[in-house]
Amino acid sequence: MEELANIFIKSIFIDNMVFAYFLGMCSYLAVSKTVKTSIGLGFAVIFVLGITVPLNYLIENYLLKEGGLSWLSDEFISIDLSFLSFIMFIAVIASMVQLVEMIIEKFSPALYNSLGIFLPLIAVNCAILGGSLFMQENDYSNITEATVYGIGSGVGWFLAIVALGSIREKIRYSNVPPALRGLGITYIITGLMGIAFMSFMGIKL
Amino acid sequence: MSKEALFSKKNRKLISDPLNDNNPITVQVLGVCSALAITVQLKPAIVMALSVLAVLSIANVIISLLRNLIPSRIRIIVQLIVIATLVILVDEVLEAYVYDVSKELSVFVGLIITNCIIMGRLEAFGMANGPWKSFLDGLGNAFGYGWILIVVAFFRELLGSGTLYGYPIIEKLGIYNYGYENNGMMILPPMALITVGILIWLQRTKNTKLIEPK
Repeated sequence: MEELANIFIKSIFIDNMVFAYFLGMCSYLAVSKTVKTSIGLGFAVIFVLGITVPLNYLIENYLLKEGGLSWLSDEFISIDLSFLSFIMFIAVIASMVQLVEMIIEKFSPALYNSLGIFLPLIAVNCAILGGSLFMQENDYSNITEATVYGIGSGVGWFLAIVALGSIREKIRYSNVPPALRGLGITYIITGLMGIAFMSFMGIKL
Repeated sequence: MSKEALFSKKNRKLISDPLNDNNPITVQVLGVCSALAITVQLKPAIVMALSVLAVLSIANVIISLLRNLIPSRIRIIVQLIVIATLVILVDEVLEAYVYDVSKELSVFVGLIITNCIIMGRLEAFGMANGPWKSFLDGLGNAFGYGWILIVVAFFRELLGSGTLYGYPIIEKLGIYNYGYENNGMMILPPMALITVGILIWLQRTKNTKLIEPK
């Protein structure tokens, strides 16, 4: 339990997808114009990360890893398919996003309408693939840890985009130099937020 | 395709536009993720720029050749499979020839797959244009991406660690003797964002038509 809490907090604050690794930056900068859209996209990211990371964990451990196929037959014990991980992970993500889109459309049209175009956009959000690749690198010992990591990094991304959305709503009333307006100042704000987030570095629970 | 010279004015514009007026990083906001994380030093930045150049131009041509065969419902998966295959090739080549750089880039080579610049260009250009134009568009955008990467990496490495491409230039010039110190802040990830922010500021001061309306 302690270990899980540690992974959760660590993935939200210390290894924050946005501020520590710059993942999911494109949609982060492009969609954060208002708080409302930020919240929609943030929830969708939590959802997709929470599903794809454990799924890819299973694929990694029971298909791709060296000896991962041993449950099938002893003959396969020396097969190492890990060079296929990129293509497998991205296929899982793209099909999951498509599937999630269809399920939500069927069972909750209201939620579907409020998420709108953000759902398909998530397939190319680097934070999602990044989640799976970091999961592979961190070598979690069971699927619960991987799930907690997935949800935690999603929450971290959610917090970051909502914070930026609120700042951008406020900054509309400020007098920013014309050449810096819009994109330029957003980069700089994100940089400053990143510096603030660095105070979490090195904290160990 | 009609009889158009290989390097007609329109085709040249495909290469020159992304360098400034339609730069992927500073104007289209594409490919930002990887651009910021690997600009601590020049070497990985250059390798990354070259990898993106290879993947983007080849993928653009492949998608452009397939564009009439791909059903639009599953085009995202098809595009991603093409990109992923190319990225795996690049990854294997890097591991074989420049192992230390490939270790340094680690996850980010994989992330070329979801580098929005590639998906974005395939979607916006490759799906709608012929192979030669797509190739030029791929080259142009990769150059636009590359020069920002290299400029940011140049300043971060020079000011942050006092070296250029691993060569200790500040020490050799003897500037440390006058009490100069490296700015450790430049190595930290947030400074990459701020450097790009300043770059955008400079670019838009020069190129006033890019200024966003209030």
